[in-house]
Amino acid sequence: MTTEALERTKTFKPAEWIDAQPHYFLLLLMGALGFLAMIFYSWAHLAELGAEPTVLGALGKAASSWLTMTVAGLAMGLLIFIMASGMTLVFGLMHVLNLGHGAFITLGAFVGASALAALSGLTQADSLLVNLLAIALVMVAAMLVAGAGGLVFERLIVRPVYHDPLKQILVTVGGSIVILQLIIVFWGPNEIPVSRPGSLLGSFTFGDVVIEKYRLLAVVVGLAIYAGMQALINRTRIGLLIRAGVENTEMVENLGYRIRLLFVAVFVAGSALAAVGGVMWALYDQMIHSHLGDLRMVQVIIVIIIGGLGSITGCFYGSLLVGLLFNYLSLVTPMVAEFASIGLMFAVLMWRPQGLIPVIRV
Amino acid sequence: MSEPLLTLEGVHTHIGQYHILHGVDLVVPQGQLTMLLGRNGAGKSTTLRTIMNLWRASAGRIVFDGQDITRLATPQVARLGIGYVPEEMGIFGQLTVEENMILAARSGPMDEGRLNWVFELFPALKKFWKSRAGTLSGGQKQMLAIARAIIEPRRLLIVDEPSKGLAPSIINHLIDAFTQLKRTDTTILLVEQNFNFARSVGDNVAVMDDGRVVYCGDMQALAEDVALQRRLLGLSLDSHQ
Repeated sequence: MTTEALERTKTFKPAEWIDAQPHYFLLLLMGALGFLAMIFYSWAHLAELGAEPTVLGALGKAASSWLTMTVAGLAMGLLIFIMASGMTLVFGLMHVLNLGHGAFITLGAFVGASALAALSGLTQADSLLVNLLAIALVMVAAMLVAGAGGLVFERLIVRPVYHDPLKQILVTVGGSIVILQLIIVFWGPNEIPVSRPGSLLGSFTFGDVVIEKYRLLAVVVGLAIYAGMQALINRTRIGLLIRAGVENTEMVENLGYRIRLLFVAVFVAGSALAAVGGVMWALYDQMIHSHLGDLRMVQVIIVIIIGGLGSITGCFYGSLLVGLLFNYLSLVTPMVAEFASIGLMFAVLMWRPQGLIPVIRV
Repeated sequence: MSEPLLTLEGVHTHIGQYHILHGVDLVVPQGQLTMLLGRNGAGKSTTLRTIMNLWRASAGRIVFDGQDITRLATPQVARLGIGYVPEEMGIFGQLTVEENMILAARSGPMDEGRLNWVFELFPALKKFWKSRAGTLSGGQKQMLAIARAIIEPRRLLIVDEPSKGLAPSIINHLIDAFTQLKRTDTTILLVEQNFNFARSVGDNVAVMDDGRVVYCGDMQALAEDVALQRRLLGLSLDSHQ
């Protein structure tokens, strides 16, 4: 029997599987605990309504609630992933902790709001395709502005402190304050309402399951960005360089590649991704303000830590976990939901201090 | 001795507050294998890293084929046709053997004939082509590191302690590989602590001590002069066979 055949016939050991695939394990556990919570919630809810709860009735209600909250949680998770992916990519390759990332989320949201207003003809059309085209154009505009901002930010703020993590924290926070003040200068200090295109308002209803249309779009965009990033990282030469650079920057230079150019490109891409996240969040919340990015940064940092600093795959699964946890708990116990992601982060760090899918460096 | 391909003239290197190289003068002749020997801490690896500009020379000149490369950035130095294998090999452990090689073939797809030649030099690489490089043994990693440096024709190959920590059978295999590489007229600069290895493949030798080159000459002459070995290296080659 060949080694491969022997490997295949090896007995399945749960502990080994959990150790090798902690992200799948946690997702399954989260889903199962979520369902359990929904059963208790449904039972209590039925009793509250004065009906005599039955196991079958509670299970049926729990299933529809679970499906509704799972789709909502995945959508929220993917929104967080879109915002966080650029930051983890930058950290993975450049070892730069860019705490100014939130400013690019805010910048994307504001540019997106202005672009949406400018494209009101398209956003108010009845056609879904025209509405989606408008959102795509808005995203391109936000990415261009944030990408250009990222280019300047990398050159002026980040490059002088590449090898000094403490200074990175200080100057990127300082840089983000400058960007936020510029945003206030251009757009004013007040909150700005953002109108979602008409065809993305409302929900689809299947029996008791309710799925918001916009959340479905968030799932599609989030999955498309994740798939695109995976394809870029795993199937292209630039991706190969990024993976090599994450492991050993110096050796990439020894092979004759100008890693600095790659750094700039990745930083610009990271800023542009933050802007896409900003646009998506603006359309989700339908209200933007200058501290939008700062508030989102808490979740962004949490999912990056849960996933493993610098790991795109880890960031993806960390985001899904945080999104699901928030949505399950927001139905059962809303007060706890706000802080639950911090608890999840502590639990993951106690179990795996390097995060779920750590990046291996030389 | 043939024309010099690489020349170091009075090169000084500081790392932080430490003054490591104190005016290194070294000539690497075209088409020959030059051994750089010396005790631990003599400055051999620092010399190689300074050539690649991984550590910047604080004084002196480094000339490659008539061009001053002292201030060129590392990628520019590599693009002149200098392949460098660091002491820790610099393998990308998360990438497959194939991906490591694809990256090293900077100018495009790997030449099939050259790849087959590399496979003849290091058959293990063909066997583990699709495996993660991090799962290779120490010897296989060293083979990959050297294969990566020669997958495209290089004008100068710089290798830092290729035999370090390897089993004798693997070392013999590396000696064969370097002997074959010499036949292709590749100019090689090799840092080595294994004197048997050095004697087997070296044409010329430079011995370093305390950040300076204290001896330059013919490898064979040093190998035959036990008194000189003792004076320069504190031991004789014979005792290390």
